[in-house]
Formats: sequence, C-alpha cells, structure tokens
Amino acid sequence: MGLGLLPLGLALGVLITHAGLPWWFASLSTAVVYAGSFEFLLVGLVLAAAPLATVALTALLVNVRHVFYALSFPLDRVRGRLARGYSTFALTDEAYALATGPQARSWSGARLLWLQLFMQVYWAGGAAVGALLGSVVPDSVTGLGFALTALFTVLALDAVKEQRGDLPTPVLALLSALAARLVLPGQMLPLAFALFTAALLVRHLATRRRPSDA
Amino acid sequence: MPDTRYLLLAVAVPAAITWALRALPFTVLAPLRASAIVRYLSARMPAGVMVILFVYCLRDVPLSRPHAAAAPLAALAVTVALHLWRRNALLSIAGGTAVSVALASTLFAP
Repeated sequence: MGLGLLPLGLALGVLITHAGLPWWFASLSTAVVYAGSFEFLLVGLVLAAAPLATVALTALLVNVRHVFYALSFPLDRVRGRLARGYSTFALTDEAYALATGPQARSWSGARLLWLQLFMQVYWAGGAAVGALLGSVVPDSVTGLGFALTALFTVLALDAVKEQRGDLPTPVLALLSALAARLVLPGQMLPLAFALFTAALLVRHLATRRRPSDA
Repeated sequence: MPDTRYLLLAVAVPAAITWALRALPFTVLAPLRASAIVRYLSARMPAGVMVILFVYCLRDVPLSRPHAAAAPLAALAVTVALHLWRRNALLSIAGGTAVSVALASTLFAP
C-alpha cells in the first residue's frame, strides 16, 4: 500500500527537475518537509520566489488539516520519545489512512512506526529517482500528478466500504467538500474539514436526543 | 534558479510548521480522547477525511473544457473500476496513473 507513494514521489521528482530546480531539492523536501500535496505546491512557490512569509502561510493553511488527525491516530501505541517524535513528524494523510483503517486495529506501535518509515522511504526514494531521471524524461510527458488523485480515490473507496452501514458520513463529507469548494476555493481543505466536523457534531447531538435511537 | 540559501529556508520553514501542526494537537487534545464525542468523531473522521481529500484532488479538473478534462476523468474511471474489481491499491494507482500519463501526453496533450 505504501508502495503507492513510489509513483507519486517519482512524479514530484520529475516535476522538480523539469522546473529547473536542483535535484537535491527533491531529496531535501521529501526528507524534511514530508507533506505530499504541499510539496507539489512548494515547487511553484519557490519558482515564483515567493516570500518566506507566503511559504509559511501556505504551509499552515494546507497542512492545518493535520490537527484533526490527533483525535484518532493511535499514537498511544508508539513507545519512546524519539519514536513518538518521528511518528508525529511522519503523520501524513496516507499514514493516517492506513493507521486508522480497519486492518490496523491490532497493529503494534513498532509496526506503525515501520510502516511510516517505509512510506517515507518510498516517497523520498521515488522523488530522488524522479529528480535524477527528470532530465531524461521529455517535457511532453505529463499526467503523473494523477497518482495523488488515484491514491485518495483508493483510500476513499476502502474507507467508505468499511463504513457501509453508515452512509451519512461519506455523504456529509462530500457535501462539506463541495460547499467549501464553492464558498472558499482558495481555502477549501480547512473549511471542508471544519464543516465536516461541525456536521458530525450536530448529527451526534441530534441522534443522541432522539429517543428511538436510545 | 533561486539561490541555495532561499531554497534551504523554503524547506526549513514549512517543515517546522508542518511538524508543529502534526505534533502539538496530541498534547492539547490528549485529555479529550476519552470523551464520548471524540470517540464518535474519531470513528467517522477517517472515511470523511479521505472523501474530502478525494474531492480536493479533483478540484482543478476543468469540466467546461472536455479536451483538458478527458485524461483525468478517464484515469479516474480506470482507477475506480480496477479497484472495485481487484481491491489491489497498488494496481489501481499504477493503472490509473499510467492511463493519465498516456492520455495527457498524447491524445489530450495540452
């Protein structure tokens, strides 16, 4: 599953070299920032020589969704300061999806940690190879970025299948995403997560008060 | 090409922000994890978050321009079909991406 990050990293690496940035930028970014969708955005920001304040604000807005992951990521299973430090550092969307998925309920902290490490190795390895191959791949080759869409398509299909008895959850998420896209396209993600959380809270209160469900 | 100092800072600054966003909520939210509402939320959030990220990825597909939208939509159809058929994540991702690259680089090149 983490192998899905390989084509994605490859796409990022090719993009970085095609943009005229040095190859080591791909390795540094995937090793130190390690936030997939933001790293794709960062290439454009750096090319435009965006001020660091803009880079910082974009990072904040794109990645603020991660604060929600602390509610359910099983960090309590990971032991040791260093291990916990890395586990929070490597808490990507993909790591969250795997660690909170149905198959992960019995996984130990060590297994979670190894999984996160392998995911980053696939990602950084893919980006390094992509950056080195980037000069060989002609500019006319595009469409690699779809790997990210494909990844979330797969994760969403699996997650929705797992919740099949609970149709309102994906429907509320879909509505939140579409509403956020219409109202605030520049800040779609944080708004969508906030709307979705609010919708779940309202639903929780509403169903709890209905005596037939009690 | 941007200078090296700028590139290093452009990596370091978002790295610090991203890690803070991922790590700090655990300290702040830790006392909440036992509450019933948080358990309700955490059981339902993963599926919803993936649906939202899925829609986010598709936000820039230009539906009004069929020539530009054809490759991602065809790739999406292949990804979904492969996944419903085999349930193999790697196969679905690789298949969909291959279709995307093949179409976007040839028939539907920008």
